[in-house]
Amino acid sequence: MLNTASLSLDQAPPISIPFRFFLTAPLFGLVAGLLLLVYGPTLFLTRWAPMTLGLTHLITLGMLAMVMCGALLQMLPVLAGSPVPAVVMVGRLCHLLITVGAGLLVSSFITGSGIANALSLSLLGAGVFLFFIAVAVALLRVKQVTHTVTAMRLAVIAFLFTLVLGLLLGSGVLSKVGFGHIAPLVDVHLGWGVLGWIGLLLIGISYQVVPMFQVTPEYPMLMRRFLAPVLFMALVVWTLLMLAAIFSLIGDFIPTLWMFLVLPGFMLYAVVTLRLQQQRKRRIPDITMKFWRIGMFSILFSSAVWIIGNVSTVVANSPQYHLLLGVGLIAGAGVSVVNGMLYKIVPFLSWFHLQNRQLSLMCMTVQVPNMKEFISDKAARYQYNVYVASLFLLFAAVTKPEWFAHMAGLVFLLSNIMLFRNLVIAMSRYYTTNQALLSYAVDSDK
Amino acid sequence: MTTITETMARDHRHCDEFFAEAEELISQGDWEQGRAKFNEFRDATENHFSMEEGILFPKFEQRTGQTMGPTQMMRMEHTQMRQLLADMEAAVTHEDDERYLGLSETMMMVMQQHNMKEEQMLYPMTDQVFAGDAEATLQEMKML
Repeated sequence: MLNTASLSLDQAPPISIPFRFFLTAPLFGLVAGLLLLVYGPTLFLTRWAPMTLGLTHLITLGMLAMVMCGALLQMLPVLAGSPVPAVVMVGRLCHLLITVGAGLLVSSFITGSGIANALSLSLLGAGVFLFFIAVAVALLRVKQVTHTVTAMRLAVIAFLFTLVLGLLLGSGVLSKVGFGHIAPLVDVHLGWGVLGWIGLLLIGISYQVVPMFQVTPEYPMLMRRFLAPVLFMALVVWTLLMLAAIFSLIGDFIPTLWMFLVLPGFMLYAVVTLRLQQQRKRRIPDITMKFWRIGMFSILFSSAVWIIGNVSTVVANSPQYHLLLGVGLIAGAGVSVVNGMLYKIVPFLSWFHLQNRQLSLMCMTVQVPNMKEFISDKAARYQYNVYVASLFLLFAAVTKPEWFAHMAGLVFLLSNIMLFRNLVIAMSRYYTTNQALLSYAVDSDK
Repeated sequence: MTTITETMARDHRHCDEFFAEAEELISQGDWEQGRAKFNEFRDATENHFSMEEGILFPKFEQRTGQTMGPTQMMRMEHTQMRQLLADMEAAVTHEDDERYLGLSETMMMVMQQHNMKEEQMLYPMTDQVFAGDAEATLQEMKML
């Protein structure tokens, strides 16, 4: 069966769809920075503090899921050869629902408002579910099922699990039906969100983009074939073990012991990625790769922290332990990679759409800027430096909140303002060039 | 038996190497060697395009009866890349490294995603369609 439609570019959504997601992410980052700047050390007391949960969701939903959803809607036609049905409507609606839902969720954590909570859960539920359905249709229609597509499918299912668990936890349904142990279920929600949705998507995307951006060798075949499915199954087993432990059918240590088998999969991914990047043919400095490298080291660092925490009870009982894991995985791995990816995706999409228009108009008088003219290396490098500083301050704030928390907030805020500015400059450059091309088309029609 | 997929993918890697070396030399300000490497990259790429446009694509179209399908898309992307190559060449002539590096970044993205589509979809399709004649087609392309 010949699959020709999949090579078509017409199926890519209009640029305004992914851009709205990308532009919203640093705004959530900005609010997260502001929250940290104002409330400082109180956010670093325990992972269970409502405001800390709010801050976590500002980043996971507002920044990470935001960019990941926008990028998936955009990339499915290109990477998987399968467009998302009704992508314009789905994109607009998902963006609106997730943005407002995430905003309300955070405010409900902070203010304790029941109305905001109920509203946010319904909006997020609708937004993520719509996203899931649309993307699932596209992913099921894929004819050439690559390893990336497999990982994407599993990641999207993990996203749905995360949502369902989040809704159950947030609505208080569980305690009403007599579920005494909520804490382990929060860990399951976290596990599916961080290791499943973010982790598996990251792994799947890496198979395509790491060799592509740096001209590195491919990931080993065995890894591409088995890693994502094995990790997904391992998470399913872990969830069942957690449930069994909650109902006291087995000891609490069994799911933990199982996790010791799962974790090396992620560590292997990080090590192989770093190793491939070392073997890259393209040697010139690259900002996206630097962001990516921080992400990989953060995965390794967080794994080490987790292992120590489960060997030593002293570490496990300190509130800093979970906060350190949170900063390492969510900011260190998640935000770093997402931030770095934006520096490739946004300029490339801008160039790509404009160049297509230019070619179809046969217009050689309007010049399309190249990728680095949308976002200059210098601007990206400045933001990178500020971001790295904010990450170090966040780690420092975990150990000495009263010294570093406010400062970490300030620098994280600054980093997101700079990211926002860089993205706005790229988009306005897109807009002016597009206008010039459009007016050329009008003139030549006369 | 050598497949079209293997041979053509190897040729992609060959072009990648010239590309990366030229980019690195130019980023270090070594225009003399950078120019030579860029020329090698341009020639290797142009040779690859003409193998496809001159032999592989027409034969594929003949056998499948599709002229507006994937091969048309690949030709369009060749046009995009030829335009970038011309701009890069102008940047080399003017020894404008900033412009060259902006263009090469763009080129890299276009080239890699183009290669990915060919290696994952088009080439396996040609191997399937040509079956026993694949090797003869490869021989013909090497003559170019």
